Amino acid sequence: MKFGVVVFPGSNCDHDASYAISHILKKPVEFIWHQSQDLANCDAIILPGGFAHGDYLRTGAIARFSPVMKSVEKFAKSGGMVLGICNGFQILLEAGLLPGAMMRNSGLRYICRHVFIRVEQTDTPFTSGASPSQVLKVPIAHNDGNYNADEGTLADLEKNRQILFRYTTPDGANDAAGNPNGSLHNIAGICNRERNVAGLMPHPERAVESALDSADGLVIFRSMVEALVGAAKATA
Amino acid sequence: MATAPTEIKVTPEIAAEHGLTAEEYARVKQILGREPNITELGIFSVMWSEHCSYKSSKVHLKRLPTRGKLVVQGPGENAGVVDIGDGLVAAFKIESHNHPSYVEPFQGATTGVGGILRDIFTMGARPAAVLDSLRFGPIVAGNGVSEEEASKNRRILDGVIRGIANYGNCFGVPTVGGEVGFEPCYSQNPLVNALALGIAKKEDLFFAKARGTGNPVIYVGAKTGRDGIHGASLLASAEFTEESKQKRPNVQVGDPFMEKLLLEACLEAMQTGAVVAIQDMGAAGLTCSTTEMASRGGTGIEIDLARVPQRESGMTPYEIMLSESQERMLLVAEDGREREVLDVFKKWGLDAVVVGEVTDGGLLRVRDRTKLAAEIPAHPLAEEGPVYRRPIAQPTLRKETSADWFQFSIEGTNLTDNFARLLASPAIASKRWITEQYDTSVRTNTLAGPGASDAAVIRIKDPETGVVKRALALATDGNGRWCQLNPRVGAMHAVAEAARNVAASGARPMAATNCLNFGSPEKPEVMWQFSEAIDGLTVACNELGTPITGGNVSFYNETLGKSIYPTPVIGVLGILEDASRVLKIGFREEGDVIVLLDGTISAKGAQHAAPLPGTEREFSSSEYSKTTAGIVAGEPPAIDLAAEKRLQECLVSLAASSAVRSAHDVSDGGIAVTLAESCFAAPVGAQHVAPQLSAKVKIEATSSAEYALFGESGARAVVSVAPTSLAAVLETARQYGVTAHQIGQVIRDDAFRIEYKGSAVIDTSVAKLHDTWAHSLERILKAS
Repeated sequence: MKFGVVVFPGSNCDHDASYAISHILKKPVEFIWHQSQDLANCDAIILPGGFAHGDYLRTGAIARFSPVMKSVEKFAKSGGMVLGICNGFQILLEAGLLPGAMMRNSGLRYICRHVFIRVEQTDTPFTSGASPSQVLKVPIAHNDGNYNADEGTLADLEKNRQILFRYTTPDGANDAAGNPNGSLHNIAGICNRERNVAGLMPHPERAVESALDSADGLVIFRSMVEALVGAAKATA
Repeated sequence: MATAPTEIKVTPEIAAEHGLTAEEYARVKQILGREPNITELGIFSVMWSEHCSYKSSKVHLKRLPTRGKLVVQGPGENAGVVDIGDGLVAAFKIESHNHPSYVEPFQGATTGVGGILRDIFTMGARPAAVLDSLRFGPIVAGNGVSEEEASKNRRILDGVIRGIANYGNCFGVPTVGGEVGFEPCYSQNPLVNALALGIAKKEDLFFAKARGTGNPVIYVGAKTGRDGIHGASLLASAEFTEESKQKRPNVQVGDPFMEKLLLEACLEAMQTGAVVAIQDMGAAGLTCSTTEMASRGGTGIEIDLARVPQRESGMTPYEIMLSESQERMLLVAEDGREREVLDVFKKWGLDAVVVGEVTDGGLLRVRDRTKLAAEIPAHPLAEEGPVYRRPIAQPTLRKETSADWFQFSIEGTNLTDNFARLLASPAIASKRWITEQYDTSVRTNTLAGPGASDAAVIRIKDPETGVVKRALALATDGNGRWCQLNPRVGAMHAVAEAARNVAASGARPMAATNCLNFGSPEKPEVMWQFSEAIDGLTVACNELGTPITGGNVSFYNETLGKSIYPTPVIGVLGILEDASRVLKIGFREEGDVIVLLDGTISAKGAQHAAPLPGTEREFSSSEYSKTTAGIVAGEPPAIDLAAEKRLQECLVSLAASSAVRSAHDVSDGGIAVTLAESCFAAPVGAQHVAPQLSAKVKIEATSSAEYALFGESGARAVVSVAPTSLAAVLETARQYGVTAHQIGQVIRDDAFRIEYKGSAVIDTSVAKLHDTWAHSLERILKAS
């Protein structure tokens, strides 16, 4: 199996995602330049955090037009596994691969600190390794993490169980105190209807070692590896 | 050379307007052998400005120790470089961007960060961390400070923080430490000192020496505009007056996204092997980079300004040469291999143009297509500028009496309320409101970010294998108030404190960088302060083994004749041989023994000393004295460098043997603050076990309770120790000649209690104290 980490001009968490996969999970990973339409036979694609194209216009607004996104869209539509982290999530929203939009944090300031997110669904390739309602400690680092969508979209997300992660208090309770940026329904991460494309604002790649204060992010990457192993077996 | 009819003819008056004295102007003519034209005058004026030439500080800077076994590059290049083992080096430097941050706080601070980052990656090192040492005027009204002044200071602080965050976050480097200080003297002269650290393979280091006649000179990065012209020579080399607002056009404008692209492109270009030399365009832009590269390389450079990418039309040679547009670099490539270099920049979407070539003959030749716009010998321009031995005069101050000093309260007075006031004061209160606006964890190397340990700790990943072995620690310190009271001793404390902070994280201090912030060098009292501070830094850096590898001098930090406290800021770099042994400040376990380590040798230890004469005098320089009584007087604590060194070595050893559970040095606010902060930083589990950890401590009798709890004498640190490790810790302390006082215990209780001479002088709820300390800054800043 091979992971691909897309690099846009201005991506700055690409090395972190790559390090987590190659050095902690010990799986093959390759960088994919935004100009390339070739996904190099990667089995899972990660759109990393950063400031792709300087966040000009809107976060992720320009990146969605990069040549690589054509291939990512095709890959996603054919069932390929795609994970967008932070800026990557914003790009997936702009590209229409996930519903909704990201707005400025309700406190109007950039926030970088640890938050707690509860795993809401365990039947996705990104969360299958988690126990139901498991609480993960992961860092956020963003200016525009306030997830928004209209009433109809939110109702659909809830109905179709597309909300993967919700901000909570450290003991997993729904409380405004646990929501750092005002996201509606405390949404920290979602997936598409088909459950093969996911996005989350927190940075799991920064929570893969206890030396970095939390290794809870590993559960997401391990789930993806498990899913790829399962898929390989199925086609064997 | 003939002057074009439309060009301004240079006169002595115009030379004076450019900041050149009559003598300097005469020297210009001597070097050229003729009158300069206006472009040449502009070039000389920026190169010989205080900011670029160090003309008032050179004679003193010579005294600083700059050599050491591990120093690969000392002052003179874009950054200092030290060997950190395994074929790796660390490049680091601190720089000021003070004046622009007063005129335009956001852009001033943001471009300050941008500038120091470029200084690092121009050496071939990828930036790994940024720290910021900041000083502002009071942000709370009272004690002679009007609400208007406090409000203005809050706005400046807010702009500066957002500016720093804007650059580091987008560029993708974690901002992991620094400090924020508040004194009335900084109200109209805030200090923004930015430090950056980068790591590279020693064989990948690049220098800025233009070599090889005929080699192409390539301009890369942002287009050149009219921003920032005279930023260095005018803004940074003169004090503020009533007309300061008009200096806004002199503040540069930053684009961190552009710089991120520039970083990646430069590092990639350097890997091609086709790059001979590289220098960033910072203060005095094209002028400084061409001149310095040619001078260092012993060569000349010829460029054609018509080829320089410009984003405004009709720019004159003067404007192009003096522009301080950001995010630009100048490289020299191997003749015939320029295409390889240009292709890399094209991939990253950046302008890259061959604008000239390296020549022999040592001249800086600036053409504007066929016309010759300037021709100046590079070496004299760079190295033979004015060097001043400015007059020095110690100020004659009124002799203080005990009426000027802090009066200790009577025995048994409850100090809890004053302690809470101290914890709420902006100087001591939690800076989390500020630091949570910075990305502190990008690049997944931050082992200790703001507030976690006494120093910022960044781990080193092996460039090939990614394996982590060692880590680097960085701390910045510089108590301006102490330097005002005694510049020599204050400067020694700056080095000692930064090194102590590094040692408290478990790392061995190895080198230092300095940012010297002072008033006008034309004032003999200021030059006296400067000279004294240099002497103090010299002694301390020698004794503590931290040679100065580079830095920056910022003069003219004064407004309407009133100057700042002399504020030398020192950044100390240390190395932690085992990254897993990093020490943090938070208490960890109920039942741990709290031990006060003191490097000072005395019969019973400083805490046990019989009441000493003169402690009111020393205490008058403390944070407690300033905050609770409004008294700033007396002398900083006496400094004992041998004691500091003993304590530092002891701490490094304790970390290496994992003998202690936490370590936090004693500094601003004394041991009471140290203990409280160690309680506040105690890790809270996901289950939020309540009540949190607290401390119950007995401090030994000395001259007074206030002195015992809030005195700031040096060479001390508080560690917490598992009972089973206590014997080993006491033995290690003994081996290093450090006194170890067991002063109390970590408890799981809401009560925070400090006893002195049998009575509780502080007895309160640790949760309440924590709330006061944690939210004070937020409450103050949100209110505006």
